[in-house]
Amino acid sequence: MAFKMSVQKYAGRISEVEIGTGEKALKLGGENVMPFYSFDGDCGNTPKMGVEILDVFPENWIEELKNLYKDVAQNSVEWAKFVEKEMKPDFICIKFVGADPNGLNRSAEECAQIAKDVVENIELPLVISGCGNFEKDAKVFEKVAAAVDGKNCLFLAAVEENYKAVGAAAGLAYPHKVGAESSVDINLAKQLNVLLNQLGVKEENIVMNVGCSAVGYGYEYVATTLDRIRLAAFGQNDKTLQMPIMAPVSSEAWSVKESVADVEDAPEWGCKEERGITMEISTASSMIVGGANAVILRHPKSLETMKKFVCELA
Amino acid sequence: MALKGLDIFKLSPKKNCKDCGFPTCMAFSMKVAAGAAEISKCPHMSDEALAKLSDATAPPMKTLTIGKGENEYKLGGETVLFRHEKSLVNRNRFAVLFTDSMDDETVNNKIENIKKVDYIRIGEEMKVEIAALKYSGNKENYIKLINTVKNSEIKVAYMLICEDIDVLKEALEIVKGENPIVYGANKENYKEMVELVKADKLALGVKADNLEELYSLVEDIHKLGYKELILDPTSNNVKEAFTNAVQIRRIALKEGDRAFGYPSVVFANEIAKDDKYMEVAISSLFTVKYGSIIVLDDIDYSRALPLFALRQNIYTDPQRPMRVEPKIYPINNPDENSPVLVTVDFALTYFIIAGEIERSKVPMWLAIPDAGGYSVLTAWAAGKFGGSSISNFIKESGVSEQTKCRKLIIPGKVAVLKGDIEDNLPGWDVVIGTNEAMELPKFLRDFNEELRTAKA
Repeated sequence: MAFKMSVQKYAGRISEVEIGTGEKALKLGGENVMPFYSFDGDCGNTPKMGVEILDVFPENWIEELKNLYKDVAQNSVEWAKFVEKEMKPDFICIKFVGADPNGLNRSAEECAQIAKDVVENIELPLVISGCGNFEKDAKVFEKVAAAVDGKNCLFLAAVEENYKAVGAAAGLAYPHKVGAESSVDINLAKQLNVLLNQLGVKEENIVMNVGCSAVGYGYEYVATTLDRIRLAAFGQNDKTLQMPIMAPVSSEAWSVKESVADVEDAPEWGCKEERGITMEISTASSMIVGGANAVILRHPKSLETMKKFVCELA
Repeated sequence: MALKGLDIFKLSPKKNCKDCGFPTCMAFSMKVAAGAAEISKCPHMSDEALAKLSDATAPPMKTLTIGKGENEYKLGGETVLFRHEKSLVNRNRFAVLFTDSMDDETVNNKIENIKKVDYIRIGEEMKVEIAALKYSGNKENYIKLINTVKNSEIKVAYMLICEDIDVLKEALEIVKGENPIVYGANKENYKEMVELVKADKLALGVKADNLEELYSLVEDIHKLGYKELILDPTSNNVKEAFTNAVQIRRIALKEGDRAFGYPSVVFANEIAKDDKYMEVAISSLFTVKYGSIIVLDDIDYSRALPLFALRQNIYTDPQRPMRVEPKIYPINNPDENSPVLVTVDFALTYFIIAGEIERSKVPMWLAIPDAGGYSVLTAWAAGKFGGSSISNFIKESGVSEQTKCRKLIIPGKVAVLKGDIEDNLPGWDVVIGTNEAMELPKFLRDFNEELRTAKA
């Protein structure tokens, strides 16, 4: 036999979703092959790297990160400007932790004001993430969507319980992008996309968050869900799964014991910051090679490494 | 190329003698084609037919055995490109690189690091399995290096990386009994290399400038009758190495071309160019996609924790959920006053719950009964996580001797079990926990505070 490259042609293609406005606007997706399989066809837009900030001071983050942001993290606007200028990610993700009813219980109006101030002071696209309480998030996203009108933000994420409110606010009343969050199951991902679609949110305005976990923490389900979603989108040309994927890596990677155990508690493990960075990098690179079109990170070193990694791999 | 049942039938004796254990030659042929029976089961097959068939019915990717004794590992043997299609079987192995140009201190540090990073995660040992010993020009030092590593008592298999036949001969003498990998067959030296490893059937690492040359080199080696190979897709850039690794795997499995039907070795250390974080990213990439041996510059916990954990995930059988051993797990150093929390033996649930308890910093006995490896609600619905099974486990586990506290926290989702468990476990107070794991730390801290106040 003579040597011949093995080439696989697919009928399906991931839709291209634009987030943000102006020169710094970014595009996700557009590929018609498995991640980085350039020998098969078009790899679309290279995966994008975002950096996570909060609406409150990051009390629970590791010292090194708190120190990095100590002069700016009391104010989300200053924090966002700092990240844009010093770290140069592709986008910023603000997570409204302060809205949590079990915590600060910040009002939707207050969140909206913060989001508006942030988005007006940066050029990078803004992704807006909630506190995880779906009822409160629905209220917050509704107000925020109005406040950042015209900025083409991505709202991460609408879940099964609140997709109507979030989809209506971010995808219909105002022209933003809607993130559809499902938990590590191809059928759930598909179902939520269909529901959003039936609500009137167009496919090209949806980004999926199909679930993410730190490596070692059930990542096998994530890996296989990503494979199956991508193979269905390309091979079976399944329109309901042809959306780009964004993965909130940081919150997963920085909450497992490998990253949070203090040196006193696990002396043999060595430097805590380093462990967190490698957990974040390993999870992010696995997600990206599995099919994520964007990842959200926390540590500057992870950001730098992942940018270099994608640049060399693309 | 894989043969169809009919092709095999044509070569069969067509006697329907049933000596193979199947009713007819046709039935047997179909089974062989499907990979469910070995062709050697037929005692009447002509030698010629047998040779033709055993070649054609062999799996598309060869399984190699490297190392000896407790350091023996299998590589390759994969049958699918994606784990959900069936399962990935032989996990990739991690190697640490040594060269003769390293000073004693560097070598000793690496040896110490390999010794240090050796731990159990969900019942499996996590450690570096291979010492990659690279010749970089000083023969005397190289021999010394191999002896040093061999005498260091680290438990590893060996990979000799050397293209100089004379040096290799001498090096091989030292670790010959260990069934090492010999790496470095190229288009100039492959004949001598094959000659060298043939008698002991050692795994031979093959390298070339590009995929096409690698392919023809393998064909040349095949002509010498040697088929114990490991292919190197490595180039010095990530993109090319990734393309090559995917192509090798795909050409073997999808195109059924055995020239590439071998495991691979990826030098992540070289591609990463002394950037440790890049090495983690690249090693993760090749753990997910098709590296069989991944060579690292060094090992420490910050590399090991994510990489071994990722590998453990990727190489689990998707048809069998990962389970943890049913027993009582102490978390945050519990004592005789600490409460007990119960959940299922599904590994994912265990990890999340254990992680949240750790985060709460509240000392706790975590009780894991045999719940069939399902999640809480599934196990409950399947009758594997009910009032009597939980209370029996609490009784039999002996946890009541380890703590005087008689509080048992159950998952919020099975709150209905409260009465049932209390009936079966006299003296115990069943507390309904949270619905979601993430709410646990706050719940446990409040609960602990209450316990303490009540006591005071």
